Amino acid sequence: MTEKTEKPVIEINSLVKHFGPIHAVRGISFTLRKGEVLGFLGPNGAGKSTTMKMIAGFLEPTAGTISVCGYDILENPIEVKKKIGYLPEGAPLYGEMTVTAFLNFIADVRGMTGKSREDRIEEVIQKINLQSVRNQTLETLSKGYKRRVGVAHAILHDPEILIMDEPTDGLDPNQKHEVRTLIKEMASEKATIISTHILEEVDAVCTRAIIIASGKLLFDGTPAELLAKSTNGKLDDVFREITTKFHAEQGMLLAS
Amino acid sequence: MNNIKAIFKREFAAYFATPVAYVFIVIFLFLMGVFTFYIGAFYERNQADLEPFFRFHPWLYLFLIPAIAMRLWSEERKTGTIELLMTLPVPTYQAVVAKFLAAWCFTAVALVLTFPMWITVNYLGAPDNTVILASYIGSLLMAGGFLAIGSCISGITKNQVIAFVVSVVICFLFLLSGFPLVLDFFRGWAPQAVVNAIASFSFLTHFESIKKGVIDIRDLIYFLALISFWLYANVVVIENKKAG
Ligand SMILES: Nc1ncnc2c1ncn2[C@@H]1O[C@H](COP(=O)(O)OP(=O)(O)OP(=O)(O)O)[C@@H](O)[C@H]1O
Ligand SMILES: [Mg+2]
Repeated sequence: MTEKTEKPVIEINSLVKHFGPIHAVRGISFTLRKGEVLGFLGPNGAGKSTTMKMIAGFLEPTAGTISVCGYDILENPIEVKKKIGYLPEGAPLYGEMTVTAFLNFIADVRGMTGKSREDRIEEVIQKINLQSVRNQTLETLSKGYKRRVGVAHAILHDPEILIMDEPTDGLDPNQKHEVRTLIKEMASEKATIISTHILEEVDAVCTRAIIIASGKLLFDGTPAELLAKSTNGKLDDVFREITTKFHAEQGMLLAS
Repeated sequence: MNNIKAIFKREFAAYFATPVAYVFIVIFLFLMGVFTFYIGAFYERNQADLEPFFRFHPWLYLFLIPAIAMRLWSEERKTGTIELLMTLPVPTYQAVVAKFLAAWCFTAVALVLTFPMWITVNYLGAPDNTVILASYIGSLLMAGGFLAIGSCISGITKNQVIAFVVSVVICFLFLLSGFPLVLDFFRGWAPQAVVNAIASFSFLTHFESIKKGVIDIRDLIYFLALISFWLYANVVVIENKKAG
């Protein structure tokens, strides 16, 4: 196990994020190594997207530290962003651009040049099955295709770290399968974080799962360990148990 | 530099990928014509110059430039694409500068398309073309000032209507700051030096001076400093939003 001795690629320490009175993230810490695929789970509003936005450098933490490949995100945001491929929640895109124009723009900004750049764009278009829509403007694409373009843009520069907020949301079953296969294929070379509401996905692609609720970390372990907590072997039930128990305790704390 | 180029290219192309560019240019040219020929009495004056044309630029820009600038950041925030932009390895100031330059070049295109005006006046008489060239440069610099203000305001809100209205008001103050209305307001309580400083802040003062045909270094510095200041404020605004 050489992986275990390697330094973690992502180190997150006591991460806190407030939006005015809303405490979206309340002290989350974890580390991630190369080769791991981390499944980010939690009820709506748990703080998953907020945490991912902070790692991707879109939001600044209220408190706590994030270090990516040894770079602190506040001190060296540009270096951090070079290492990361990020798919934002809902996969926002520049509507008036065509698929190829958009990928070319990303390649430009990522500093890709020459023949390898052309080849890479072509490769990604093939991999994500975008051939049929390559000259279509992004605003005219269906939801699933938009998501796929988002995935394509995130992996374009072959980043060391891949952060994807609900990458399979809105995809048809075939495409869900394709994207999961893609993530697994790339996994050994990267550190990956995906958030999802589909628990079978955790079993299918993740090597590790984290459950958060109300901005707090409730579980951090392998999918097998998570499953072991259940009485009937269903991930859905463990998820519900852990998160509702936490919310009930919170309620009691507030009441007392 | 590469980043600025890439973002500039994307932004500039975006104008022409949507009807925005064509609608803007048509309205710009139409209003320029109306103001010059009807209100400015271009023919009736019987003088071979473009004074009646340039005289209305500040007032046209007052509404047209905020309309161009309002989308710069508001739209990105509204559609969420700002999350794409700000997670690319691009320093905020480069994104701000690239967007500004794209909008400025777009305005330059609209301005260049008024060349029939210049041809007409040369056909009808023998105007002083250095004065005309200086006026064009002055007009473009002034447009840059309006744009920088609009870009900064657009960074504050995701609502384009608010961005537009607030920008118009601020630009209006910058136009009027040489006028009694504004100066009287300050005269009541501020020292004379401050009042003079405010007067020298007016776009009009500097544009009028360039329009005479000589680009004074002070006028140049004024516009460049104004643009730099508002773009700097723009960067601060965008950076601050990260802290949520
Ligand atoms: N820009 C913002 N301003 C104010 N509050 C926000 C903002 N963004 C998120 N929040 C709040 O922070 C909390 C966490 O939101 P977040 O989007 O991280 O949840 P999530 O775990 O991704 O949920 P979902 O599964 O629905 O995507 C929510 O209460 C949300 O209302
Ligand atoms: Mg979310």
